[in-house]
Amino acid sequence: MKRVRISQQEIVFAVFAVLFLSFSIFLNGFLSADNMLTLLQNVAVLGILGLAMAIVVIGRGIDLSLIAALAVPGGLVLQMVQNGHSLPASVLAAGLLSIAVGLVNGWLIAYAEVPPLFATLASGLFVAGLGQAALFQLDVVQWSDGMAGFERLGQGSILGIPTSIVMFAIACVVVFVLLRKTRWGAYIYAIGDNPFAARVTGIPTRPIIVLQYVLAALIGCFAGLVMAASVNSMPTRIFNSTLIYDVILVVVLGGIGLSGGRGGVVNVIIGTLLIGTMLNGMTILNIPYAGQNLIKGLVLLVAVITDTFLNPRNEETAQQGDI
Amino acid sequence: MTCMHKLALGSLAALALSAGAVPALAQQGLDEPFQKTFREALAGKTVAYVPVAMNFDLTEGWYAGLKKELEPFGVKFVIRDPNWNTNAGAQAVTSLISEKPAVMVIHNPDVQTYAKLLQRAENEGIYVIQINMGSAYRSSAFVGANWIEIGERQTEGVVKACQGKSNKIAIIQGALSAAASAYTLKGVENVLAKHPEIKVVSSQAADWDAAKAKAITQTVLKQNPDLCGIVGFWDGMDIGTAAAIKEAGLTGKVFLATSGGGERKGACELVKNGSFDLDMSYDVPTQAAQMAGTIKWLLSSGVKAGSVKGSEYTTLIPITKENADTQTACWNLSDLKK
Repeated sequence: MKRVRISQQEIVFAVFAVLFLSFSIFLNGFLSADNMLTLLQNVAVLGILGLAMAIVVIGRGIDLSLIAALAVPGGLVLQMVQNGHSLPASVLAAGLLSIAVGLVNGWLIAYAEVPPLFATLASGLFVAGLGQAALFQLDVVQWSDGMAGFERLGQGSILGIPTSIVMFAIACVVVFVLLRKTRWGAYIYAIGDNPFAARVTGIPTRPIIVLQYVLAALIGCFAGLVMAASVNSMPTRIFNSTLIYDVILVVVLGGIGLSGGRGGVVNVIIGTLLIGTMLNGMTILNIPYAGQNLIKGLVLLVAVITDTFLNPRNEETAQQGDI
Repeated sequence: MTCMHKLALGSLAALALSAGAVPALAQQGLDEPFQKTFREALAGKTVAYVPVAMNFDLTEGWYAGLKKELEPFGVKFVIRDPNWNTNAGAQAVTSLISEKPAVMVIHNPDVQTYAKLLQRAENEGIYVIQINMGSAYRSSAFVGANWIEIGERQTEGVVKACQGKSNKIAIIQGALSAAASAYTLKGVENVLAKHPEIKVVSSQAADWDAAKAKAITQTVLKQNPDLCGIVGFWDGMDIGTAAAIKEAGLTGKVFLATSGGGERKGACELVKNGSFDLDMSYDVPTQAAQMAGTIKWLLSSGVKAGSVKGSEYTTLIPITKENADTQTACWNLSDLKK
């Protein structure tokens, strides 16, 4: 008899379904169209970051500099406009900075062969430090008049759907097409699955790895701009927060294994939905902060333990080890 | 000539004499007896400054204000920036004690961490001034906001705005570990105890994070569209709260009270554009001037460190639409740094 295999993705989806159903039944006002939109809107930026992280993790890497890539270029735009530069010039400067961050990360990992964990940890610290020391006057960069109109990237709605959700959807489509419909995407999966085999078959592994980190940094910058537009300021201190763990949580919980080569956009969406549902439900229930962390940790533990029971580590992961 | 006349004439003569004598004295100059010792007491002294982090309006403003007041007297500044890391801050204070500055200006991350260290510093003869966030140890001086008063006055504003409305309010706290947040909450509770008709539909911590504050507020507003007021704990975070109110189309209907250091871009501008209805400001330049005054007094008095202890609670400025346009309600960091 064939054993029934349930993937982590399905487990997480089941947890999400259970949570969603029980909130819908027991929580007044949870299952309204308005609240659903709010739920999605609250996790849109997290979802966009999850997409960036997914690209890197599928290629068997990790990008801890992602939050710096969100905060510093985004803050740079606001700061430059505040100092009197034009909006297009500022956005261009932020884009170039993001590409530079991605190139450095990619070069360190692909050519200098520094493990991604250390390379991006260091580059993230560097970029955040650069922002604090050289670019920003204050940690919270305020919106200025020159930014007028730009807030539409994160506020208001398009056809009744809040803009940040639309931005998340656009990012999802772009990343989906990239991963599933282009040759580059196929290469990323191949490298994530087995980098040595990929190289032997003639895939340009090093340039593709650089590409992954450049894409991640650019998506991070995009997430930063959406976030800044959404709260009318850029709290660059977010670098010191635990947001990066939430991003990894979205990716891993969604079922993209840290050993690479598996998963896709759907996994990010599932992970994001689960986190969004939990946050939204707990806010409506007015559960105190400490309790929220406890529940978040508990749900994560349940998902991971179930996964370990249902999908024991195979020979391959035992040899490579997880991150 | 009577006796009276003689006396009057004599005094007139004396007056004329003294009138002639004064210019002669002024030409020699008169030494003011205390300024020299004052200058000597300050010259070359070191003031060490340990905020929780630099790069935000409060700590930058205090530093700029202190420097402006004290540097002309030859006071040197040492700055240790723990960048939100409590451990690094404790280490900085410990190493400063052995460097023996004349004064330490300390911005506590919480009530306990530095308490013992500050006591040790004063035992070693270093004056300790605590700013805005006091520790369990009472040192030579505390200069700062009374968080309980801030919570009370914000809540009073919200309660007043709620009269005749739904009486439903929400509270957006800071970080749970921060005493400033806990003190403010106490102030909120004090007022709510007097107003049983007010119903708190949500009281959540947003970790001083604008994005989290926005997310919480959005959810709360969807559940309670008739909400009449929100008490927020910091204007830097409540930009997010305000963005959520604006997106829900409830600007002007939901009264948002918050607090902060009163920097123009972060406070007055946002009150003017309707984001905040009330911003309780603890006017950073005034706090800096009070600290500088206290340092001058302590150094020139020569009192033993820790032998006198006092508090200077800041007089709060409630920023509303009425005064947001004035020059004095807010301050510019760039001007203070000039």
